[in-house]
Amino acid sequence: MSNTANKSLFQKDLVTEALKQSFIKLHPKAMVKNPVMFCVEIGTLVMLFVTIGILFNNNGSQGSFGYNLFVFIVLFLTLIFANFAEAIAEARGKAQAESLRKTREETPAKKVFPVGELRIDEIKIVSSSTLVKGDIFICEAGDIIPTDGEIIEGLATIDESAITGESAPVIRESGGDKSSVTGGTKVLSDKIKVRVSTEPGESFLDKMIALVEGASRQKTPNEIALTILLAAFTLVFIIVCVTLKPFADYANTPITIAALISLFVCLIPTTIGGLLSAIGIAGMDRALRANVITKSGKAVETAGDIDVLLLDKTGTITIGNRKATHFYHADGITVETFIECCVLASFADETPEGKSIIELAKSKGAKTQATDTLLNEAVFIKFTAETRSSGMDLKNGRRLRKGASDTIKKNAIKAGYEYSTGIDKIVTGIAANGGTPLVVSENEKIMGVIELQDIIKPGIQERFERLRKMGIKTVMVTGDNPLTAKFIAEKAGVDDYIAEAKPEDKMNYIKKEQASGKLVAMMGDGTNDAPALAQADVGVAMNSGTQAAKEAGNMVDLDNDPTKLIEIVEIGKQLLITRGTLTTFSIANDVAKYFAIVPALFIASIPALQGLNIMKLHSPESAILSAVIFNAIIIPILIPLALRGVEYKPIGASALLRRNLLIYGFGGILLPFVGIKLIDLVIGAFF
Amino acid sequence: MNTELIGVVASYAITLLLAIPLGKYISKVFNNEKTLLDFISPVERFIYRICGIDTTQEMNWKQHLMALLSINLIWFVWAFVLLLTQGSLFLNPDGNPSMSPDLTFNTAISFLVNCNLQDYSGESGATYLTQLFVFNFLMFVSAATGIAALIVVFNAMRDKVTDKLGNFFVIFTKTITRILLPLSIIIAVLLAFNGSPASYAGKDTIITMQGDTTQVSRGPAAGMIAIKHLGTNGGGWFGANSAHPLENPNYFTNMLEVIAQVLIPIAMIFALGFYIKRKRFSYVIFGVMTIGMLSLLIPTMMAEIKGNPAITEMGIDQSAGAMEGKEVRFGAAASGYWSIVTTIISTGSVNSMHDSSMPLSGNMQLLGMMVNSFYGGCGVGILNYYIFIIIAVFISGLMVGRTPEFLGRKIEAREMKIAMLIALLHPFIILVGTALSAWTLVHYPNADWVVKPSTWLNNPGHHGFSEMLYQYTSCAANNGSGFEGLGDNNVFWNVTTGFVLLLGRYLPIIGPLAIAGILAKKKYIPESAGTLKTDTGTFGLMTYAVIMIIAALAFFPALVLGPLAEYFSLYH
Repeated sequence: MSNTANKSLFQKDLVTEALKQSFIKLHPKAMVKNPVMFCVEIGTLVMLFVTIGILFNNNGSQGSFGYNLFVFIVLFLTLIFANFAEAIAEARGKAQAESLRKTREETPAKKVFPVGELRIDEIKIVSSSTLVKGDIFICEAGDIIPTDGEIIEGLATIDESAITGESAPVIRESGGDKSSVTGGTKVLSDKIKVRVSTEPGESFLDKMIALVEGASRQKTPNEIALTILLAAFTLVFIIVCVTLKPFADYANTPITIAALISLFVCLIPTTIGGLLSAIGIAGMDRALRANVITKSGKAVETAGDIDVLLLDKTGTITIGNRKATHFYHADGITVETFIECCVLASFADETPEGKSIIELAKSKGAKTQATDTLLNEAVFIKFTAETRSSGMDLKNGRRLRKGASDTIKKNAIKAGYEYSTGIDKIVTGIAANGGTPLVVSENEKIMGVIELQDIIKPGIQERFERLRKMGIKTVMVTGDNPLTAKFIAEKAGVDDYIAEAKPEDKMNYIKKEQASGKLVAMMGDGTNDAPALAQADVGVAMNSGTQAAKEAGNMVDLDNDPTKLIEIVEIGKQLLITRGTLTTFSIANDVAKYFAIVPALFIASIPALQGLNIMKLHSPESAILSAVIFNAIIIPILIPLALRGVEYKPIGASALLRRNLLIYGFGGILLPFVGIKLIDLVIGAFF
Repeated sequence: MNTELIGVVASYAITLLLAIPLGKYISKVFNNEKTLLDFISPVERFIYRICGIDTTQEMNWKQHLMALLSINLIWFVWAFVLLLTQGSLFLNPDGNPSMSPDLTFNTAISFLVNCNLQDYSGESGATYLTQLFVFNFLMFVSAATGIAALIVVFNAMRDKVTDKLGNFFVIFTKTITRILLPLSIIIAVLLAFNGSPASYAGKDTIITMQGDTTQVSRGPAAGMIAIKHLGTNGGGWFGANSAHPLENPNYFTNMLEVIAQVLIPIAMIFALGFYIKRKRFSYVIFGVMTIGMLSLLIPTMMAEIKGNPAITEMGIDQSAGAMEGKEVRFGAAASGYWSIVTTIISTGSVNSMHDSSMPLSGNMQLLGMMVNSFYGGCGVGILNYYIFIIIAVFISGLMVGRTPEFLGRKIEAREMKIAMLIALLHPFIILVGTALSAWTLVHYPNADWVVKPSTWLNNPGHHGFSEMLYQYTSCAANNGSGFEGLGDNNVFWNVTTGFVLLLGRYLPIIGPLAIAGILAKKKYIPESAGTLKTDTGTFGLMTYAVIMIIAALAFFPALVLGPLAEYFSLYH
C-alpha cells in the first residue's frame, strides 16, 4: 500500500479540522439526522436553561449550581465527542482522497483540435481543467496525463506509481482491455492519443470525495435498519424517564432535572449513536486505503455479504501467464521441423505465451532470429475468440497455426487429414496435468503439441481456505479446456470453475447464482466484462480496464490487483461487525449505568435502596456524574476502534458470534462497572 | 429433597413428558397427516359447510389478519350484549344483576383477549348463561385465535417462497376440534371426579363446623376450569379462582391444573420443530425459555420456602414457608411454582394470593409478565418470542459481519420497524398506565368519583405501587392475575385497563404475523458456512440477553420503586 506512512489515526492538522467541524455539526439541522444524538442535544439545551435558571433563582430544589453546570458540560462534551468521531472520519477520508487528487492538479494538456476541411489535427496547450468529455489530447514521453481517458491511438509505457504506489511501469495501448489511463500518471515512453472519458469534477475520485464529505452520502439499508433499532431504544428510555416522574411523585421523592436527563442520556445508546456515521465513513476510507474507489457506501456493505466470488484464473490464481515447457512432435515429424514450425507460428505473437515458446525454442538450440524479409512478407494472423488460434501466413504459401486442440483438429479433418490418436493422447495427458496443450499445424496438417504450464501463486490455497470459512464459494473463470481447468481448480482449492469461458458464460453463471438468492462479486477489466460487472452485486473494475468496465462496476481498483476482491470482502464484513459489536457494547453498558443512577435517584427517600448501590458509589451526585462522564468519554476512547474497525476472524459465524458476544457483550456489561467506580473515586472528592 | 419440592419437580416432568408427544400430534394435525382423532373430520366438514368455508382457499397474511380481527369483533359484540343484560336473561338461578357498562366493557374485552382480568366475582357478578356462553365460549375461541395465528406464522417459516399461508378458518376450527375440546373433556372429567361442581343447581346451604349456616355457590364449573388452564385464560368460575376449594379441591387437581396450563405453550414449541422440520431450532427455543423460567422460579421458591423474616422476628414458626395468602393443602413450594407458571404464560389463574407473596416473588411474577415470552400464552408466547428472535438475529447478524437473515430471509428496515414497535409497545402501555394511575392518585386523591383515587390501594407505599404496576402489567401481558389489594372495579381502572388489554393483545399478534408474511415472500437464501445459525446455544444466549435487556432494562426503575424497594426494606 502506498500510504503506510500515515499510520497515526490522529494527525495534528486533521484533528484541528475535525474539532472545528464538531462545533459546526452542532447545528440542529445536521443533528436531527441522528435521532439518538439529537435527543442528547435537546437534553443538553434543557440543562443549559436549568443551569442559567439556578444562577438567578436558586431555591435548592435542583441541586447546586456547580453540579448542574458540570452535568451540562459533560453532556455538551458528549455531543462534541460524537461529532468529533464523525468529523475525524470525514477528515481522514478526505485527506486520503485529496492526496490522490493532488496528483491531478492543473497540468498542461496537449489538446487536439481538428482543423480545416481535411480536419488536420492541430495541437494547442490548454489547462487540464478545461478538458471536457470527448476531447482528445496527446501525451508523449515525459508528459503527465492531464485527466482520465481512453487511448484511441498508440501504445505507451506509463508510470502509475502516483496512484498505485507500484513503481514498475505498465503498458497501456489502444483497443484491447488495457486502454484506460488515469489522470496524474506519467507517460515514460512513446506517444498516445487519448479521448477524455469524464467531465471535470465527475471522475470516480471526485465522486468518492463527495461521498466521504457527506454531501451525497446516503444511509445504507443496513444503517437505516440499525437507526430504527437505536431510535426504538431511545423511545423506550424516553418512556422510562418520563414515567419516572409520576412514579417518584408517588414515592415522595423529588427528582432533579439534572438527574432525570443524566439517566436518559446514559440509557439511550449514545456510544453507537455517536459512532455510527464514523464507522460507515471509515469503511469507505479503509477501502480507499486499499486503493479501491467505491461508488457508494452500500457497495462496501454488500461486499461483506458476498456468497460467490468469480475470479479470473490468470493473475489471480496463477502467476501472470503460462509458459511453454515442452514440445511434443507428431509421428513422422522431426523435432527440428516441429520446433521450426512453432517458432514461425509464434514469431509475431507478442503475448507472453508466444514469447515463452520462442524462449523455449532458443533453449533447445533452434534458430529464432527472423529476417526482415520474412517478417515483411508474412501475414500475422491474430488470435480471436472465434478462431481460437493464431499464427502466420508466409509468402511461400506455408500457413502456420497454433491454437486450441479442437479448433486445429476440426480444421485438419476438414482439410482431409487424419487426426491421430497419438496427438489426442498427448493433448489429454497435458491437460490432465494442468497444462494447456497448444496444437501446431502447418497447412492444416498437425505437426505436434506445445505444452504450456500454469504456475499457481504461492499462498493462494490458504486464502481460499479463509474464504471458505467465511462461507464464500470461489469460482475460477478460465479460457482453458475443462480438463486443465479442473486440474488447476483442484490444485488451487477453488470450489468451482468455468472452463472455456466466454464473456456470456460469466454473465450466465452470475445470473444462475443470483437466482438462487446468492450475492456475487467479480472483477473484470474488458469491455466484454461490462455486462457481467453490472450484473454482479459487487463489480470491481480494474483501473487499467476500459471505460465501459469502469462505468459498469461499483468499485474501481487502482492497483489492478485481482486478489483485491478478498480484501474488499473483509472490509465489508469488518464494517458490519464494527456496527454490531458497538451496538451490543452500547446497550450492555446500560446495566451498570442503571445500577449507578437508579439507587442515586431514590436513596434519599428510600435508604434501604443502599443495597442496590453495589458499586458503593460515594454520593448520589457523584454517582450520576460518574455515569455521565463514563458515557461521554467512552465515545472518544472507542473512536480508534470505530475507525480501524473490529477485526474480522474467519472462524465460522457461530464461533465469531461467541467471541464478539464475550468481548463486547460481557465486556460491555463489566467495563462500565469498573469505569464508573474509578471515576467516582476521583469525583467523589468534590461531590 | 422434601416432598414439597418433589411435587413441583414431578409436575414439571409430567408436563414435559406430555408436551413432546402433544407437540408431534399438533404438527400432524396441521400437516394433514393421519391422527387418532380423524373420526372428527365429518363434524369439521359439517362446520365448514354451514359456515360456507372454502377449505382450499389459501390466504396471505393480510387476509389472515382480516379474518382473525373480524371474528374477534363479532365475539366482542356478542359478549358485550350478553353481559350487559344477563340479569334479565335465563340460566340465572341466583338472581345475579347485569353488569355496569364500564365493567361490561372491561370484562368483554378481557375474556376476548385471553386475559380474564375479572374485576367482578363469579359467584355474584355473572350468571350461568354468561359463565357458559360468554366466558367459557371466549376461553375456547381466544385460545384458538392465538394458536391459529401462530400456525400461520409456522406456515410462513417454511423454506418455500410463498404468500399462501393456509386458510385461517380451517386452522381455527381444527385447533378447537382437534386440540382444545378433546383435552378439555379429559381434564374436566378428572376435575369433576375430584369434587369440582358440574351442576346447574343454584346455591347450596351448608352448616359449617362452627355451626353457622352458610350458602355455597355452585354451577357447571368443571368444564370452565379445564379450559381456563388449557387455553391459558385463567378466569375462575369462583372469585377466589383456583384457591377456592371447589375450583381446586386437592393436591392432585392442583397438579392437574398447573400441568394443564403450561402443557400447550410447551407443546407448541416442539410442534414448531416438527412442523417446519427444524427440531434443533425448537430445542434452543425451549432451552432459552426454560432457563428464563428457572431464573424467575428458583429465587421465588427460595423466598417462599424460607418464609418472611419479619414474621419470624415476631416469634411465629415459619417452617412451612411464607403461608400468608396460601392454601394449606398446596403449601409454599407448589404455590410458588404455580405463581411463576401462571405469570410467565398468560394464564393468570391463582392458587394463592400474589398480593401476599414475598417481595422477591412479586418481583419475579411481574418480570414474568413483563417478558411474557418464557413459554408464554397459547400461541402468543412464541409470537412474542418471535419478535425477540428478529431483534437478536439483527444484532448478531451484524456481529458476524453479514446482513442479518433469519431462516433464509433477509431482515431489513421494514421488519425491524415492526419488531421494534411491538417490543416498544409492552413497556409503553405498562409504564404509561402505571404513571397515569400514580399521577392521578398523587394529584387528585379526592377527585369526586364514585371510588375516590385515595381509596384505590389497600396498602400504602411500595406495595401500593406494586399493586398498580401489577394491574397494568397483567393487562398488557393479557395475564389476568392481580395483586388483589387494588380496588379495580371502577370507571378509571375498567376503562384504562380495557384499552391496555386491547393494545396488548392485537398488536403483538399483528406484528409477528406481518413480519412472517413479509419474510415468507422474500427470496430464499440457502444457508452457507457464513450464515449465522439460529439453532445454536450461542444464538439462544443472544436471544436471552435481548429479552432480559429489553424487558428488564425498561422496567428496572419501576421494579425498584415497587417490589425491590420492599425487598430491600425487609432485608435491610
